[in-house]
Order: sequence, then structure tokens, then C-alpha cells
Amino acid sequence: MSELPGDLMYTSEHEWLRREDDGSVTIGITDHAQAALGDLVYVELPEIGQVVETGGDMAVVESVKAASDVYAPVAGEVTAVNEALADDPEKINNDPYGDGWIVRLAPSDDDGGLLSPEDYQAILDELDN
Amino acid sequence: MGKKTPLYDKHVEAGARIVDFGGWDMPLHYGSQKQEHHAVRRDAGVFDVSHMTIVDVAGDGARPFLRRLLANDVARLAESGRALYSCMLNESGGVIDDLIAYYFDETNYRLVVNAATRDKDLAWIRRQAEAFDVRISERAELAMLAVQGPNARERTAPCIDAEWRDAALELKPFYGMHAGSAFVARTGYTGEDGFELVAPAEYAPALWDRLLAAGIAACGLGARDTLRLEAAMNLYGNDMDESVSPLESGLGWTVAWEPGDRDFIGRPALETLREATGKRRFVGLLLEDRGVLRDRQKVLVDGIGEGEITSGGYSPTIGRSIALARLPAGNYEHAQVEVRGKLLRARLVKLPFVRNGQVRIDL
Repeated sequence: MSELPGDLMYTSEHEWLRREDDGSVTIGITDHAQAALGDLVYVELPEIGQVVETGGDMAVVESVKAASDVYAPVAGEVTAVNEALADDPEKINNDPYGDGWIVRLAPSDDDGGLLSPEDYQAILDELDN
Repeated sequence: MGKKTPLYDKHVEAGARIVDFGGWDMPLHYGSQKQEHHAVRRDAGVFDVSHMTIVDVAGDGARPFLRRLLANDVARLAESGRALYSCMLNESGGVIDDLIAYYFDETNYRLVVNAATRDKDLAWIRRQAEAFDVRISERAELAMLAVQGPNARERTAPCIDAEWRDAALELKPFYGMHAGSAFVARTGYTGEDGFELVAPAEYAPALWDRLLAAGIAACGLGARDTLRLEAAMNLYGNDMDESVSPLESGLGWTVAWEPGDRDFIGRPALETLREATGKRRFVGLLLEDRGVLRDRQKVLVDGIGEGEITSGGYSPTIGRSIALARLPAGNYEHAQVEVRGKLLRARLVKLPFVRNGQVRIDL
């Protein structure tokens, strides 16, 4: 059973998104995603200032097993990346919703089809069956 | 649902992430592939390799049959229990499979072949055996566990029946012995010392429990792959297959050319290839840029041509990405690998990357 904080929004591609007080959004991958990938060994981060479209490639996480794209849950401009992941990508395994955050965006369009925790849980339940 | 080894329930009990491997439901890892990898390099780990196919070859024709079937020469095996690594080639010199042959006496041998190639291997072996006085018996009722690591033999010893324990501990590297209904060999696929234990399926779960109780870490196929990659041990289907010869797969050393009159399958084709110029190189790569090399990525050699990574991944022991690659002929020490449209720098290194817990390449 993977952990699913109730104050975040989710995507069917297993990203999570948190709306910050300053209007920015923080993005990472879910506990389910990190567990499925296995031990992470490398994270390819975008450049600060890069503009991403909703559903566009934003980062790549690579585990011992495989490489996996991280898609932007919303469109926007990259305002920060988690530099600590360069030396310690396993932060994503150890704390996917905290120290393992990946990118912060200034959203340009934040109304797209994000999932509530309940809706995302329903997708996970479906995957388990 | 795939086939299950006698230890499937044990894997689930231990929290394994189960994946399909050649039609078998096998453990990928039990939580952390990296920790399992380190356990084998630093202490001891156990792998369920019961999916592998054990084939016994017996009869007056066993020796001449295997001297025909295999590119390596079982006549080199003089002492009972000695093991031999060999390719089994087709007529074009392509690799049908790689295997370990154990010699017991001139009329009794045991082969261990890959799981994913079982059907074609057995069909090929049986067809070739028709011309010889041999019996081919698949031993599907046997389970197989590989215990690997610097402390593997010591930790395993108490789990071996007292009657056989001392003899097992005295086995030299690359030798095996019968131990009642079981079989113990000092072989493996990790670059570490250790045992491979073969036992009737019904004994396997209890043996597994005893090995774990002895402090040996349960390890999945994920760690098995990164360990064998560091040790530069070829993986069938990745590093070689029926379309390529051992001479372009880093396996030239396994071909026994002498005596020159031994007519093994694939020999004429292989002799032609041996004389050919421009044979591709099979090399080790160390990634100098950040990133991870993966199977089948394209490798570019400036001014010479291109090749591909046959096995790539992250090396937990080195902390960098490494790969095995088949590259064009030529004298060069650097290459570039195309990763998601970017070219990353890699350096050719002498294999293996890691052996017996030690990094063997210059970083």
C-alpha cells in the first residue's frame, strides 16, 4: 500500500503537485512511482527558465532498472529544480513527497485535469487488479 | 501467470517484487536492488535460479557428443567435478546459448542452460544427440540456489548436510560435487566466490529458510544483472545471440581451437570469421558524463563508425554507469553514446569492471 497525502493533487502518470502559498507549484513523483521504478540512480533536471507544456517532458528519472519520463502536470516556467538530487537521487525513494521533490513551476495554466487523492487512489486500485 | 519455481511463495513472503522473466514469475528485488547488490559484494546473498534448465547427458557417447555440440572442449576436463563454460553454436557460428558443463566421468555430464532459451536448446540438443549413444534428461524436478559473496561459502556451510560439508568447503573454484540427492558447485554469475546449490524441489523451501536464517540476504534478478554486468559476464540475448559469433562477443577465449581436428558445430564458419578482418570489438565502457547507459543505445566512434551497447546500466559498486558494447574495429579509447538525443562521453576500459569486491578499472 503506497502512501498518498491528502493535500496534494495527482496525475494518471504518477506525478504529484502541491500548490505553494506564493502561487508556484512543486512537482514530484508518487510513492507508487518510486516503488515501481526501484532504486533511483540519476535524475535529469530541466533548466531554470525552461517553459513546459501540460503533459510535456519535464525531467527524467532513472532507476537501476529503467529510465522514465516525468511529465509536467501543468504548463508553466521552471523556477527551481531540486539540485540535491544530482548527488542523491535516492531522496526520491526515501521521501517522494518531501526531500524528493523534483521541479518547481510558475504555472501559466493551472486548471487542467489533475486528480484528487481519491481519484488517483482509484487508478492505483485499478492497477493492483 | 508465468511458471513458478518451488520458492515462489517464499519470495512473496519476503516481499519480492515479482516480474516475468522468460515466462517465469521471478523476484526482481525484495525492496532495494542496490542493497542486495552490495550484500553480495560485501557479505553474502542468495538468488533463486531454479528457472534455469538442468540437463544431464549420460551414455557411452556423452563425451564425443559434447565435443561435437560445444565450442569449448570437454576433453579439457580431467578431474571429476570440473566445470567448463561454453557456447553452443549453430552451423553459422552464431550462439544458440551459453552454458556450464560439469564433468563427472566420461559417460556422465551435467549442463546448465538458460531459462529463456530452454525450448530451443532442448530441441537442438536432442536433435544433435540422435547420432550419438546418449540419454538426454531434463531435471525439471531440481531447484537451484546461488549463494554468492565473500562470506557465502562460510555462511552456507552449516546448511549443508554434515556428511558433505567438509568436501563442499574444499571444492576448488569451478568444481562441483554430488551430495546425496543434491549437488554443490563453487560457481556463480556475480564475480564473487560462492556456491550454487542444486536440490530436489521439495527440499528447496527449507534450504532457503536456513540460508536466510544464516544471515544471507535474499537477492533478486535485478541485483543478479548488475553484479554480472560489473563482472563482465555475458548475458544471452543481450550480449550475444544466434546472429553473432563468440569472436565478436568477448567470448573468443571459450572457443577451443585445438585439437584442430575436433569438428564441433559451427567450426567451419567460425574459422572463416577468425581469419576475417574488421571484426567488431566487444568492450567495456565507463560513462564519463552524468547519466545511465542502457541496452541497445547507439555508440558513435569519431571517424570510425558506430556500434551499440549490448548491456548497460548503473554500477552500484563504482557509482557510475557502465556498459558492454559491440563496436567497430579500430584503435581508439573513447566513444560517444547517444542518450535521448544527446551525445555522452564514454571511455573504453579493460574488463572486468569489478571482481571479488574490488573495482578493477581506473576511474
